Amino acid sequence: MKKHKLQLLTLFGALMLLTSCGNNNNQNKSSGALRSSAAEKVYVAPGEHDEFYAFMSGGYSGNVTVYGLPSGRMFKEIPVFSQFPTSGYGYSEETKPMLETSHGFVPWDDAHHPDISQTNGELDGRWIFINGNNTPRIARISLTTFETEEIIEVPNSAGNHSSSFVTENTEYVVAGTRFSVPVPQRDMPIKEYKSEFKGALSFISVDPEHGHMDIKFQLIMPGFNYDLSHPGRGKSHGWFFFTTYNTEEAHSLLEVNASQNDKDFIAAINWKKIEDYVNNGGGTKMPANYAHNIYDESTHTGTTTMKKEVLTVDPLKVPGAIYFLPTPKSPHGCDVDPTGQYIIGNGKLSADLTVHSFDNMIAAIEAKKFDGEAYGIPILKFEDVLAGTVKSSGLGPLHTEFDDKGNAYTTFFISSEVVKWKLGTWEVLDRKPTYYSVGHLMIPGGNSRKPFGKYVVALNKITKDRYLPTGPEMEHSAQIYDISGDKMELIYDFPTHGEPHYAAGIPASILAPKSKKIYRLDENKHPYAVSSPDQAKVVREGKEVHIYMSTIRSHFTPDNIEGIKVGDKVYFHITNHEQDFDVPHGFAMIGQQTSELLVMPGQTKTSVWYPKQVGVWPFYCTDFCSALHQEMQGYIRVSPENSNIEISYSLGED
Amino acid sequence: MKKASILMIIGALLLTGLFKFPLWNITLGAPQYPEPLGMNIHINGIKGMHEFDIQNIDGLNHYIGMKIIPKNEDMWEFKVFPIVIGSMVALGLLIGILGFLGKISYHWFLGWLVLMTILGVLGMYDFNAWMLDYGTNLNPNAIIKLEKPDGTPMTYKPPLFGHEKLLNFDAYSYPRFGGYLMGLGMFFTLLAFVIGKHSKTTNS
Repeated sequence: MKKHKLQLLTLFGALMLLTSCGNNNNQNKSSGALRSSAAEKVYVAPGEHDEFYAFMSGGYSGNVTVYGLPSGRMFKEIPVFSQFPTSGYGYSEETKPMLETSHGFVPWDDAHHPDISQTNGELDGRWIFINGNNTPRIARISLTTFETEEIIEVPNSAGNHSSSFVTENTEYVVAGTRFSVPVPQRDMPIKEYKSEFKGALSFISVDPEHGHMDIKFQLIMPGFNYDLSHPGRGKSHGWFFFTTYNTEEAHSLLEVNASQNDKDFIAAINWKKIEDYVNNGGGTKMPANYAHNIYDESTHTGTTTMKKEVLTVDPLKVPGAIYFLPTPKSPHGCDVDPTGQYIIGNGKLSADLTVHSFDNMIAAIEAKKFDGEAYGIPILKFEDVLAGTVKSSGLGPLHTEFDDKGNAYTTFFISSEVVKWKLGTWEVLDRKPTYYSVGHLMIPGGNSRKPFGKYVVALNKITKDRYLPTGPEMEHSAQIYDISGDKMELIYDFPTHGEPHYAAGIPASILAPKSKKIYRLDENKHPYAVSSPDQAKVVREGKEVHIYMSTIRSHFTPDNIEGIKVGDKVYFHITNHEQDFDVPHGFAMIGQQTSELLVMPGQTKTSVWYPKQVGVWPFYCTDFCSALHQEMQGYIRVSPENSNIEISYSLGED
Repeated sequence: MKKASILMIIGALLLTGLFKFPLWNITLGAPQYPEPLGMNIHINGIKGMHEFDIQNIDGLNHYIGMKIIPKNEDMWEFKVFPIVIGSMVALGLLIGILGFLGKISYHWFLGWLVLMTILGVLGMYDFNAWMLDYGTNLNPNAIIKLEKPDGTPMTYKPPLFGHEKLLNFDAYSYPRFGGYLMGLGMFFTLLAFVIGKHSKTTNS
């Protein structure tokens, strides 16, 4: 004990020295001060944890990456829409169903907009949702296991871009179509686009207990492009806002033909009203075909159900539910401030930002001050709904996030900067360059009722010279700015994987305590799980052989298997018997035309092997699991197809 | 004497804490176990500090050829200890009540304490002997066989009390809440004796 005391005293002394050194530096520093204080702000000492989680969409990687803020360290890549050989996701028999669609197995997608579940408009950290843009899908990821638990395909949609944003209590995750298409799909001339093509906006209900998703209704809107969306919150809860472009309804050379109207629309949709309509029997059931894939944590297995019907709603049948708010110049981002009062249309071909007022909108609706209609949907007068304009703020505004002090932060793609401005006065307070051409930006909780306005992350589209060159292709670049003061301060710059579009951040204190460490073996309900090593076995069923195998440091049970023949279909069902944090075992078989399996403690995963050549073939553990990892291996004897060698298997026998 | 007897009764009752709380605790921390593995030793068995600690300690120990940590039914101690403690509680209560009623003298308090101390020392001796066997009686086919600097086979006996470095593990062995309650109970019975004696001398 005495020794400990002494050490503590020494440590204390050392700390005193350190702190006094720091003080001296602060007093003496002049020009170097900024740089070193930025370093201090992002420095998370070895063994220390970050203050925030940041979930970055992977864009064309199809996945989600998890980073820490402010350190910019990457913790995990969560496979969602893409096969992931690192863990076997999309390769293992259990996870292949997760990537099933009405088009068959689609092992890739373009993941855009992660959004964390909310309760009362605040982040609750249960799930994170993300959209697959290319083959329209919405995924739900558990934030206790950080694994994809569910993927639902969205029919009648194409370019699932104005997605996947949640309402204030996660009643719905909303998915809007970018491309309008024939609904239902049919063989028709493209030239007949106008008034024939439709834009489906899907409201997908989320079961509050399990998070299971179900398409409650699809609103079949005019054939515009529905670009981005965000929910109303607080006073505007019950409404959803979508930006549109191509209200010209062009179908070719959109870069010119869809840029002709001086104003496009923000579509304001009173989903509560439509929900009532639907709950009272409204809507039309339309034949459809879409996949609903659910991963069950207890069986460690995904299953696909093909759904054959979707409830559609004709906007004209629900009067008073949908209005168009004219918004200049092909608006991209559609963002709602924390109070729910302001709806920001980021007119991407404009120099100005248009801010609409929810109160003005309601007043205009009540006064029936319409400026015509489009396909029967009333258009409000621009001047009536406008709250203000942020003037000459930059070039090419894309997206806006909010802090908790009444400020907004908007990215400008063309002028490559983040601009801070004041809600209500529309005054530009600060601007900082980004490197280069920023798309989305993210403040943890910055699109909820309760933002955590300490950092903003700029997610850039162009990297060029920010890091050591790696040939023509390189990762994207992100910048972190400290926004706790009056002026934004660039404090860090780090590469991000894939092409992050949007991101979602959340305080670590909400997620870290409930992150799972292991799966319980005694809760493993996988039909091919082995609950104790003495149940390991090899079973032949005609040409199929099922190997029920268990792993624990540092061996497979069984590890010698004979009686396998050329032409068999061999299933390896591997159960990891560890119940210790961070002790996975891997599995790989020579010549196997699939990925490895990485099996977490208590989990069962399956891969299939088609033995093609006679011989004795090894398998091994691919994860350096223990000191005896290199000993963790086994052999399979493959005999000719006509051989009559019976199945036999063993462990530790000579 | 009444005050002394009440202390005696409380002291004896504090021992019942052992039926709920662990007597002793051993933790094993290592670089790759920042959250240490640990076992709580109760009078009726050994439990992991976290649910899977025993399984994980056994898993690690198999490398160096140690036996698995005994299950409750594997050691007679876990049957006998509860009976011994239960009997000592009953005896202590009896002595305390009789003392309260003035039927017996304060010397009985000391007698109980001496008996409890002897049993405690025997218990510690037995515990140490088990750990010695557990840490030195190793499987000759162990995966990892190490030698001490003097050439004799490495042993892995956890410390009876305090800290010891066992390969990459830091083992700490200290009493736990039930043990502290027992210590406090024994201290109370000592106080009971002292107060009893004091009141006797002042009265007379």
